[in-house]
Amino acid sequence: MKITYDREACQGHNRCYMLAPELFDTDDEGYAILLVDGEIPDELEEKARLAADNCPEFAIEIVEE
Amino acid sequence: MPDVPRPPVEDWATDFDHTHPDYAANAPEIWDDLRHRCPVAHTERFGGAWLPTKHEDVARIAKDTDNFTSQGVIVTDWRPDIPRPMGYAPPITSDPPFHAVARKFLLEFFSPKAIDGWETTARETCRELIAEIKASGVDEIDAATEYAQHIPVRVIADMLGLPREDGDKFRVWIHRILEEPGQNSIISEEDTLDYYLNAKVKERRENLGDDLISYLCQADIDGMALLDDHVRGTIGLLIIAGIDTTWSGIGSSIWHMAQHPDDRKRWVDDPDVRPFAIEEFLRFYAPVTMARLVAEDVEVGGCPMKTDDWTLLSFPAANRDPEAFEQADEFIIDRQRNRHSAFGLGIHRCVGSNLARMEMAVALEEWMDAFPDFELADPAAVTWSTGQVRGPRSMPIRVQVPATAISGTAVE
Repeated sequence: MKITYDREACQGHNRCYMLAPELFDTDDEGYAILLVDGEIPDELEEKARLAADNCPEFAIEIVEE
Repeated sequence: MPDVPRPPVEDWATDFDHTHPDYAANAPEIWDDLRHRCPVAHTERFGGAWLPTKHEDVARIAKDTDNFTSQGVIVTDWRPDIPRPMGYAPPITSDPPFHAVARKFLLEFFSPKAIDGWETTARETCRELIAEIKASGVDEIDAATEYAQHIPVRVIADMLGLPREDGDKFRVWIHRILEEPGQNSIISEEDTLDYYLNAKVKERRENLGDDLISYLCQADIDGMALLDDHVRGTIGLLIIAGIDTTWSGIGSSIWHMAQHPDDRKRWVDDPDVRPFAIEEFLRFYAPVTMARLVAEDVEVGGCPMKTDDWTLLSFPAANRDPEAFEQADEFIIDRQRNRHSAFGLGIHRCVGSNLARMEMAVALEEWMDAFPDFELADPAAVTWSTGQVRGPRSMPIRVQVPATAISGTAVE
């Protein structure tokens, strides 16, 4: 599983950072920073799905392979 | 109270009035009815206004800054006569590209990490209020006016470096602006938010501190200090938008918990459910409806919106749209998939969302720790605000429920 994050769509709701701090940080202005590049570790797959499914701006997508 | 009672509404699809007491009491039922038969309602009141109730339509308007302007965000009988792009309360009343410039001054103060630094202030405030309630020895209190109301007032006053005692004045001004827009009798100039802010900005420019007002007084755009109108408008915005909204969110959450012993038990027993519960409170009881003015004629949901019409951005209605949420009309305390738009959508996402969320979580934690069991003392006595911010304004709660009456007291 991979995850993509669209900085242009992000409006800083911070839902991903709260639900999956292992995968997302926030910058000084509160916009998300995706911390992982490539494959999501198995134990974080559910958190990745939560982050994607709770983003009000649809800025996060899960890519299943 | 308004000087003139609002005329009764004939049909919510063609004559809606969100400032009418009937709307305050029954908004969720009205949205459900409208979504079913006429997803975008209209009224000739306020000089012409629209009320979309589907998530799709609300999101489309929120993200369309070409056809809709934020120059007016509170629906009134008149149209704001302020030149674009700043508006009277930047950045909420600003359009692109100025909006991003005005918003940038605030973002770092309201990021999640910056807001973590205010949690202690919020928690101490809640504990002081609860200690006062307990010390009073009474078992019936108004949780809206004796608890929820004070929490955001005190925190925002500290952030702005303003005396907490001024909170009572804030509430009077906010009430006039949000609940009775354009419906007030003549008031003296000294008794206005503008006059107060003018004096405070002047004071701060002469004697800088480390608060947010002082920061804005020292900020610049391309080397030019911010205009007094800009600083005053932004501080006014933080006061107006930061108080009634969070007061409503805390109050609605307590109102819900008072009637749902199972949800109270779940909150107490399972701390992991709490972050999900807060988001579900935000979805189900979203306090804020924003507004836009139509900048260019446009069609939404088959309705012809004309330049200078108002349209409400009813995020609370969008949050209950069954096309956007499974079991949309049910409060599910551990809802896992919850893309709610309580804080808006698009570039105007509530800048204070992290503060509001933190205050709600802390207020609920402290309340539930102090009063794990409580109930509405008189369900019929609960009153709800009118206008674009929705929450309980009077809510008698019995905080010491006799042990024999705890179970089976749910009231729908």
